[in-house]
Formats: sequence, C-alpha cells, structure tokens
Amino acid sequence: MKTHLDISHIDMVFPTATGGFTALKEVDLKIKKGEFVSLIGHSGCGKSTVLNVVAGLHQATRGGVILNGEEVSEPGPERAVVFQNHSLLPWLTVYQNVELAVKQVFSGRKNAQQMKQWIEYNLSLVHMDHALYKRPAEISGGMKQRVGIARALAMEPEVLLMDEPFGALDALTRAHMQDSLMEIQAQLNNTVIMITHDVDEAVLLSDRIVMMTNGPAATIGEILNIDLPRPRDRLVLAEDPQYNHYRSQVLRFLYEKQRKVEPISSVKVNKRPLHNVANADKTRQKQAK
Amino acid sequence: MAITTIFNRSTSDQKLLDRVNQWLANTVKMLLPAVLGMLTFLILWSLAAQNIDTSLGKFPGPSVVTAQFGALYTEHVEEREKAQLFYQRQVQRNELRLVKDPNYQSKIRLYTGKKTILDQVATSLITVLSGFFAAVIIAIPLGLLLGLNRNLNRAINPLMQIFKPVSPLAWLPLVTMVVSAVYVSKDPMLDKAFLNSMITVTLCSLWPMVINTSMGVASVESDLMNVSKVLRLSMLTHIRKIVVPAAIPLIFTGMRLSLGVAWMVLIAAEMLAQNPGLGKFVWDEFQNGSSASLARIMCAVFIIGFIGYLLDQAMLLVQRLVAWDKSSVNQ
Repeated sequence: MKTHLDISHIDMVFPTATGGFTALKEVDLKIKKGEFVSLIGHSGCGKSTVLNVVAGLHQATRGGVILNGEEVSEPGPERAVVFQNHSLLPWLTVYQNVELAVKQVFSGRKNAQQMKQWIEYNLSLVHMDHALYKRPAEISGGMKQRVGIARALAMEPEVLLMDEPFGALDALTRAHMQDSLMEIQAQLNNTVIMITHDVDEAVLLSDRIVMMTNGPAATIGEILNIDLPRPRDRLVLAEDPQYNHYRSQVLRFLYEKQRKVEPISSVKVNKRPLHNVANADKTRQKQAK
Repeated sequence: MAITTIFNRSTSDQKLLDRVNQWLANTVKMLLPAVLGMLTFLILWSLAAQNIDTSLGKFPGPSVVTAQFGALYTEHVEEREKAQLFYQRQVQRNELRLVKDPNYQSKIRLYTGKKTILDQVATSLITVLSGFFAAVIIAIPLGLLLGLNRNLNRAINPLMQIFKPVSPLAWLPLVTMVVSAVYVSKDPMLDKAFLNSMITVTLCSLWPMVINTSMGVASVESDLMNVSKVLRLSMLTHIRKIVVPAAIPLIFTGMRLSLGVAWMVLIAAEMLAQNPGLGKFVWDEFQNGSSASLARIMCAVFIIGFIGYLLDQAMLLVQRLVAWDKSSVNQ
C-alpha cells in the first residue's frame, strides 16, 4: 500500500534563553491510509510535539510532513485534532460546536439541510444526539470529549490526530470511549494518530505502536505491529496470549529500556508508605483493644 | 377523599406558612444590619450637623434635607404648571389673532423658565449615556485590536497608562477650546456645554473598557486558538465566534467600571462646563448661597449616589442577559 502520511526526518529545536533545546531528532514515520497508529512514551518525550507538527501548529526545524504527496505547512481541517481537554467553545451548544466546523469545511458543498443532517449524523456516531442543545458546562467530561471527537470527525479529515483523548477521563468512561472509537473506526476507516500513556489502550486500539525514547532529542525507539484480528473485544483479549505478549513488550520498552528515573517523586513515594504503615499500626492497636 | 383533600390542603397551607416564615426570617436577617447601619449614620450625621456652623447657617441635618426634598418636588410641580399656563396663553392668543387676521401664521414659543431638579437629572442622564456610548463605540473595537495585536498593544499601552489617571478637570478646558474652535455652526444642533461635558466623560471613561477588553482578548485559551487555526477560521469569524465571546466577561467588567467613572466625571464636568445637569445644579446652589443651599446640595448628593447605584445595577442586568457564563456575573 502507498504511503498516505509521511513524517519525514523531523528535527524540532525550541529556542530557549540558554540556546536551542532539541526536543525531537530524526523522527521518521510512514503511515498508510486507514492505519491506526499510537504514539507512546514517557511524559516530556515530545509526543505532543510530533502531533503538533503533523497538525501544522508547530513548524519542524528540519524535515517535514507530507500528506498525499504535498507538504504540510499550516493547520487545516484535513488534519483534524482532538485535543486533550476537549476544547469545546463553552458559549456554544453541542450542536453549534460541531456546526462551526461543518460550516467552515463544507460551505458551498452542502446545503443547510445536508449540513444539519451531517452534524446530527456525526453526533449520533458518538452517541451524543440526545444532548444537541446543551452547553459544554452542562455535560460530563466524557460527553465533552465525545463531542470533541464528533467535531473532528465531522470535518471528514484525511488524518485524525488525537492528543491523549481519554487521558482526563475515569477508567470506566475511558473503556467505553475506546469501544466507541473502535466502532467508529471500523465504520469510517480513518487514518488516526493517537498519543497515549496507557499501554492497554495502545494495544487494544492500534495497528502499530510507535514507542518513543526519552527526551531531549527524542526519537522513535521501536515500532510494534499489533497483529490482532478486528473487531477486538477487551474481555476476550484479556486472556489472549498474543495480546499479553504485545502488552509486555510495550511495558518492557517503557520500564526497562527507557526507564525514566525521577528522583524527586521517588522520595515522595518512599515517605508516604512509611507514614501509612504507622497509621495502620495505630488502627490495628485500637482494634485489638 | 374529602379527608385527604382537607389533609392535603392543611399540609400545603402549613408548607406555605413555613415558607413565608422562612422568607421573613431571611429578610430580617438580611435587612436588620442594613437598617441599623442607616440609623447609626443618620444619628451621627445629625449630631455632626448640629455642631458645624457655616457662613450659610448650620450644616443641614437629615430632617432639613428631607424637607428640602419636598420643597424641590413642589418647585418642580409649580414650574410645570407655569409652563402649562404659558402654553395655554399662547394658544388662546393665537386663536384670537387668527380671528382678526385669517392669514396669520401662528407660532408656539418654547417656555424658557427655570430648570427643575428633574430636568437636571434628565439632562445629566442623557449626557452621561451619550458620553458612555461614545466611549463604548471607541473602546471596545480598540480593545479588541490591542488584544489581538501584541505590537499594537506595546505601542499604545504606555499612552493609556498615562492618560488613564488624568482628571476630567484637566481635560475640560482643552475640550472646551477645541469644541469652540471646531464646532462652528449658526444653528447648532447640540449645545456646546453638552458637547464639552459629553466628550470629557468619553475621554475619562474610555480606559477601563479598553484595558479590560484587550485583557479579555489576550487571555483566550491557547487550545481555543488552536481550534480556530485547525478550522482555518477567517479573521472575522475568529473574532465573532471565539475572541468576542471569550472576552465578554471582561468586556462587561470594563463597561461597569467605565460607567461608574463616567457618572463621577460627569458631575465635575457639568460644574465647569455649565451643562444644565446635576453638576450645574450643585454649582449654582453653591454660588447662590441662600440658607437652603446646603440642604439642596445634600439632596443632589443623595440623588447622584442613588442614580449611580441604579446605573450600576442596570449594567449588571444587561450583563446577566448577555453573558453565556452566568457564574461570571457577580455583584
């Protein structure tokens, strides 16, 4: 299959007071149409920077991004972004938030009636058609994120870029959202790049997992092909040896090969349990009495 | 059946009674301190008033001022009656002349009697609102521009910081001279004194709005800016759909501050510009120096304060109607 999106030899250097800070070095990745790629790595390794360069929100210092044979130089709706904290406009209703995007992308191509249908269709894809006229403040975090996804899908993007889309959600909502995303993906066959911290999420959703080394000068460490049949069911996969093999490979990369030592947080971790143990002893003594 | 309805009614009556009691208790709790504060103020005021002797007699206490409110109202009613009689006489005279000479073109001359306190309140309100709206028309677009363009902000911010603290009294002579030089017409539509006061109000009430609007615009979340970039919104749509709504709470904060400033400035401006409003009323009474003058000025003080309060509340009401984020509207 032909390359759809080519992230070509990207370097990213941010100017700082003490000279340039090299965030990314030689990030090179070719993505096929309809492929679901996850970027995983420790925080601060430049995953978001990669996504922002693809989105056109940042310009790479060296190298570039080529979509369908053309270089990407600025943001555009054909590379829709689902932001980490939904980024809905709080003064617009759910419907109006999607409408803003649809009007922008389809003006001249769809009439008013078709636009309305398209907005409602996309909101029904994420099961949000019951709350069209609610404001973001009136719906839950998971719902907001779903509307954010509907807004991105409604742009009919060539590539869907997701920056930790479910990072701020609780575990149950997150699982539900992952299932919805797989369902939509099966239906629309979008090309997706998703940033995640969650190993299970990465293995469950992706065709390929791109594991990044720690920064500075972060780059692609390993790429893991996830060869599991779709549709995937998290319950069935939990017992699947192949799934668990993939999972442990990602874990091994993150916690053995790219182990990140953060001395400050480790001190905290040591203090807490001691304190808790002391308390637990006290309660035990009380109970004994 | 009957028993249950009676039962229901009695419980609902009981509920109503409870609610009334609750409401009364709450109101008393809220009002009691306010009433006590007011009483203390009145006592202190009358005590102080008794001990201040001015060249115009004793400083007016609460009772004298209350009486003067009555007197001002009576004057207003009398003046209105006079005006009505004046017009009646004109009509009668015109009719008589028409009988004598059928070709007579009848004219009605305007009554030019004394302005009453209510006339002056009306003039002041018209002046302050004109000045304020002129400031809104200038300040909000300017604030948007400054918020959107960092370099423009850097260019204009120092000027703003210098002009912001300038007293209306410093502007007024300049405004007066410029207006009399520029605004020359035989039959002026607007009174020069009105223009002077209005422009002074505008100059002084611009700044809180400009500063708050530009702050509101500059503090739009970067994520929302990114949404706008990804959608490739045109500049106009970007401003209309993202920038202005995001800045609305701060725009209104600025407008409320500005309206307060405008009302304060107006009284001073009217004093000096001799615009027939509350400021001129105070000044005229001061110049007049009758035994009632101080009491009448105290009346003006209360009227000025009360109208200022009403203006602020009106602004708050508008803000409540317009704001998308109701929690941003606070007292």
